[in-house]
Amino acid sequence: MGIEQKLGNMGVVTTTLEQAVNWARTNAMWPMLFGLACCAIEMMAAQASHYDMSRFGMELMRASPRQSDLMIVAGRVTRKMAPVLRRLYDQMPEPKWVIAMGDCASCGGVFNNYAIVQGVDEVVPVDVYVAGCPPRPEALIHGIITLHEKVRGEKFISKA
Amino acid sequence: MEAKLQSVVQRLQERFPLQVEEFRGEAHVFVQAEHLLHLLEFLKTQEGFEMLSTVTAVDYWPQQQPRFHVIYQLLSLQHNLRLQVRVPVNATEPVLPTITSIYANASWREREVWDMFGIRFQGHPDLRRILMPQDWQGHPLRKDYPLGYEEPQFTFNFEEINQRKPYAKE
Repeated sequence: MGIEQKLGNMGVVTTTLEQAVNWARTNAMWPMLFGLACCAIEMMAAQASHYDMSRFGMELMRASPRQSDLMIVAGRVTRKMAPVLRRLYDQMPEPKWVIAMGDCASCGGVFNNYAIVQGVDEVVPVDVYVAGCPPRPEALIHGIITLHEKVRGEKFISKA
Repeated sequence: MEAKLQSVVQRLQERFPLQVEEFRGEAHVFVQAEHLLHLLEFLKTQEGFEMLSTVTAVDYWPQQQPRFHVIYQLLSLQHNLRLQVRVPVNATEPVLPTITSIYANASWREREVWDMFGIRFQGHPDLRRILMPQDWQGHPLRKDYPLGYEEPQFTFNFEEINQRKPYAKE
């Protein structure tokens, strides 16, 4: 939409490799399909036509961890699910990011008991926490954009 | 209590030493552990209670002694009757004989009672935890088990708890 003309007018665009790569990473970040509880419903809503996450390059949720860059932990993680979560995270190719969506994934939420992991940061390193029970699609999208900002500022040395 | 159920309870009382309580038309039969197998055998073969609906337990600590009741809920399809058998279990030695030889479906139920309440079932073919991870410490549905797994973080104790909280290493 007009970018061809712009490029034509400018002729040459100069940038750093870092910026170009980070731009590519943020604009085609594929999240993994990983719904665990009611937050997954909001995640689906964020993906659907009304909120339309594909505006931000998230065209589709990948059903395989090997094709995805972003893990949205949408819901509470039970202690029995935690090893599975970690295995899925380990199967994702680098670079990879994690969003803890909702209170349960962030800190256990209302489930302070023997069955639920008190925050997925016990299991996987989390980049962005999204508060809410469950967070509205706007909140999730805000979290994703916050993550995009973080990724744009990344240096090659800091993340292998 | 229904007349049919009344007569079943009557026949039980003639054969076994037991107490009976009635609650909303249902009979609760209290029996000691040593009579449990014979009682259930009798109920299944003679009285037509061919189905075991559930095995569960209640922890009455600290109000009651003995502390646990293990509950066997029986159903008779041919007579349309339900009967609850309760066995008091002591905290010092929480052991019961398994009933898997009579009702095979008791296997997983007894594993759950073991997992949640720590009541052992002697002679059970495979008494492992069924819900909690295998290396779990303690039995979560006991009344003296701590209610919360982790202390909540507030602003005033955030740093203190943060030091103890486990985090994933990248």
